Amino acid sequence: MKGRLRLCLLVVAAAGFLGLAPEGVRTAWGVSEAFHGKIYVPGPLKPVDSQLKVRVGDAAPDFVLPSVSGEKIQLSQFRGRKNVVLSFVPAAWTPVCSDQWPGYNIAKDLFEAHDAVLLGISVDNLPTLFAWTQEMGGLWFPVLSDFWPHGAVADRYGVLRSDGVTERAIFIIDKAGVIRYIDVHDINQRPPLEGILKELEKLQKP
Amino acid sequence: MGQQKRFWGCIVFLMAFLAWGLGRPEPGRAESGVPGVGQSFPPIALEAPKDPAMRTYLGIGAAQTFTVDQVDADVVVVEIFSMYCPHCQREAPTVNAFYELAQKKNRPGKTLKILGIGAGNSPFEVDVFAKKYSVPFPLIPDGDYSVHKTLGEVRTPHFIAVKRSADGSRTVVYSQSGSFGSPEDFYRRLMEP
Repeated sequence: MKGRLRLCLLVVAAAGFLGLAPEGVRTAWGVSEAFHGKIYVPGPLKPVDSQLKVRVGDAAPDFVLPSVSGEKIQLSQFRGRKNVVLSFVPAAWTPVCSDQWPGYNIAKDLFEAHDAVLLGISVDNLPTLFAWTQEMGGLWFPVLSDFWPHGAVADRYGVLRSDGVTERAIFIIDKAGVIRYIDVHDINQRPPLEGILKELEKLQKP
Repeated sequence: MGQQKRFWGCIVFLMAFLAWGLGRPEPGRAESGVPGVGQSFPPIALEAPKDPAMRTYLGIGAAQTFTVDQVDADVVVVEIFSMYCPHCQREAPTVNAFYELAQKKNRPGKTLKILGIGAGNSPFEVDVFAKKYSVPFPLIPDGDYSVHKTLGEVRTPHFIAVKRSADGSRTVVYSQSGSFGSPEDFYRRLMEP
């Protein structure tokens, strides 16, 4: 009987050796070679895990957050001057996020053509965001840390998930400070760039 | 007897679990689907570029779709890239220089052509990349990652070079993620015996 038990255990061990672990704990990789070996893969997540607290047409809640470059950024400083795109991403050093902002990084002229500024926000602390964005080669837009009080801005907008990270969400705020577009995207997928630009185009029209 | 049945039941279950696991594709694990050196490039139908100049470059006529093996060249270099990939962005000028070098050296019987496949990129996103870096060769969108999946979900950029033999058959002679180094060295490696 002991021999049979050993055989069973051997087969189970072989299964483990061959990597037949549950889907969520499999090792994986960021798509870009730039992040090879540096990405934590949480596996597929619940697409949306929060309740919005603002709607299109509402005044965007103001906030002040520290940025990676050292300065503090206040949303209302752009009022009357620029449209604002808020890009909340869930976490540094994760697969989809690491392949989202680098794309926006080569689209600076497209945002500027729509008289818009882009603000990246995550709940990571500043040192983490600094290291992560350096790995991307630096970003032209401000990257803000909503670390402390933890996720307070994300919570005011209603995009703080139950595990303390934010949704992958886009808010477009016009020059009057009014929310004109909200996309709380499936956290597992990257929102397409053209979706943001199409909405910005609508703001240009009288 | 009952114990024996349970024992064999346990073995059969575990073997079935093992076989099921071995047969499943594992997206996040190895680059299992990527064609390696000595293999052929999978006959994936790629969307033909709309730009007539790019179609002429590839030599694919008026077809709506084409495969890598149909590209009219002795060596075809396929770059799997993404607009969102910082490494691809950094490599773009080098890949452009490689294209220029190949164009300068191309002659009948010794031609090299390049095309890019934008993993997870829409036509708009591919266009943003092409304009930003003035990419002179065709970039094919792969918005739903279907080509990327068939090619083993490689990291980007990944370069695959496919060479045509005297008998017309095509074989992969290079397949690697990351920079290919200097354009001159890479050209020599692919084109000189």
